[in-house]
Amino acid sequence: MELGLFLALLGAALATFMAGIGSSIGVGKAGVAAAGVLAEEPSLFSKVLILMLLPATQGIYGLLVAFLILQGVGIIGGGAGEISNLEGLLYLAASLPIAASGLFSAIHQGKCSVAGIHTVAKKPDTMGKSLIIPAMVETYAILALLISILAINGIGALGI
Amino acid sequence: MKTQDFTYAVSRIRMKETKLFSRKEIDRLISQKDYQSVLRTLYELGFGGETNSNEDVLTAEQNKLWQLMAELTDDMSVFDIFRIQNDYHNLKVSVKSIYSNTEPYSMFVSGGTIKGEALFESVKNRDYSELPDALGLTASLSLDTLLKTGDGQLCDAIIDKATLDAVTLFAKNMQQEVISEYAELFVASSNIKIAVRGSRLNKSLDFFSKSLSDCNTLNIEALARSAVKGFDEICNYLADTEYKDAVSYIKKSMSSFEKWCDDKLLNSMKKQKSEPFTIGPLIAYILAKQNEIKAVRLILIAKLNGLDDSKINERIREMYV
Repeated sequence: MELGLFLALLGAALATFMAGIGSSIGVGKAGVAAAGVLAEEPSLFSKVLILMLLPATQGIYGLLVAFLILQGVGIIGGGAGEISNLEGLLYLAASLPIAASGLFSAIHQGKCSVAGIHTVAKKPDTMGKSLIIPAMVETYAILALLISILAINGIGALGI
Repeated sequence: MKTQDFTYAVSRIRMKETKLFSRKEIDRLISQKDYQSVLRTLYELGFGGETNSNEDVLTAEQNKLWQLMAELTDDMSVFDIFRIQNDYHNLKVSVKSIYSNTEPYSMFVSGGTIKGEALFESVKNRDYSELPDALGLTASLSLDTLLKTGDGQLCDAIIDKATLDAVTLFAKNMQQEVISEYAELFVASSNIKIAVRGSRLNKSLDFFSKSLSDCNTLNIEALARSAVKGFDEICNYLADTEYKDAVSYIKKSMSSFEKWCDDKLLNSMKKQKSEPFTIGPLIAYILAKQNEIKAVRLILIAKLNGLDDSKINERIREMYV
């Protein structure tokens, strides 16, 4: 029971901190670029802020998956029942898509956001187009989130 | 090279690029009726600041450029490719002042790695310990040569070659594509200019060997041999190199060739407009700003001397934006 619960918790931790690391790197990179633009043109604040926050979503997805795992094993909501080793491993596996995809997609989305911020700095009217390009990277984080959620929901139905 | 993150710097440069003069602003300056109107327009455009002589305006803009670069980087040595050229210029001034026993201070340029005054004192006292090795060696060699032979051209050739060698070495050590590209074109075009000018003065093979600096895109032995044979031979040699497009410009005039080189360099820098993280956009901005300053200088001098607008247009370089 103990090992199973530990593995499930490890999955929740991985989802939170790997996606969180990715988001913090991505937002950090975009934030540096945003600060550079704002040092020259403070009126662009709202536009660069949106681009800067795009890589933050992966951290939220990681949090959501961790929350679902904690709920699944009963740590949240009470009534933590018997968790077999296999069940714990399955929760761990279910967390991996968002953990890995969250980490890498947020870093690369951050780079893309930097380029978008530079484009907006030169041509503020290209905001829409500059937003779509880094948003494309988001697709893969959403796909990973979807798989993680489906997997977590499926584990309960297996009746292990 | 030391790894630096240029994301913040590039972001500020992107904003600064929006304020660079485009062809529209240059045309507006050219269309002004006289020198004072150009200065007024420059003031309106925020170029230089409140000054009323051309050198003050241009110097103020140069100072603003280097002040910005100092703000954007922790380590100014990344820009040494430009700063060492000023050191060697100041060395030339120092050596000639010592030889002719004149005062050099008004001819020094700022923006070197060493202050002109300090460089002059080192050369005058023949104490090269405070200078970088290559600069010290060049100082010693050029001063001895000038004092021994009195040949100012030979002294210039030694310093010019040392400048080109220093630029090449710096680019090699930096291992940055944008800097290598700049250094290669700078050294190759300088070699071509030395060959053409030397050939017109019937210089010897020994002179060319001492003056031309190694580069990847030219075989300097072949260029030197062509230069000894004459101008047409230089053109024939260049026709087989990647500088074949420049031949028609060289045949027209040296200023036309210089314009070709500046335009080629600036065009090669335009790809830096989409580079978000490296030093490339900063190097491109420095070159673009210097190109802008050069254009303004040309317009001011032309207006001061009553030169026709069509003559200005002929000489004006392409703009970065």
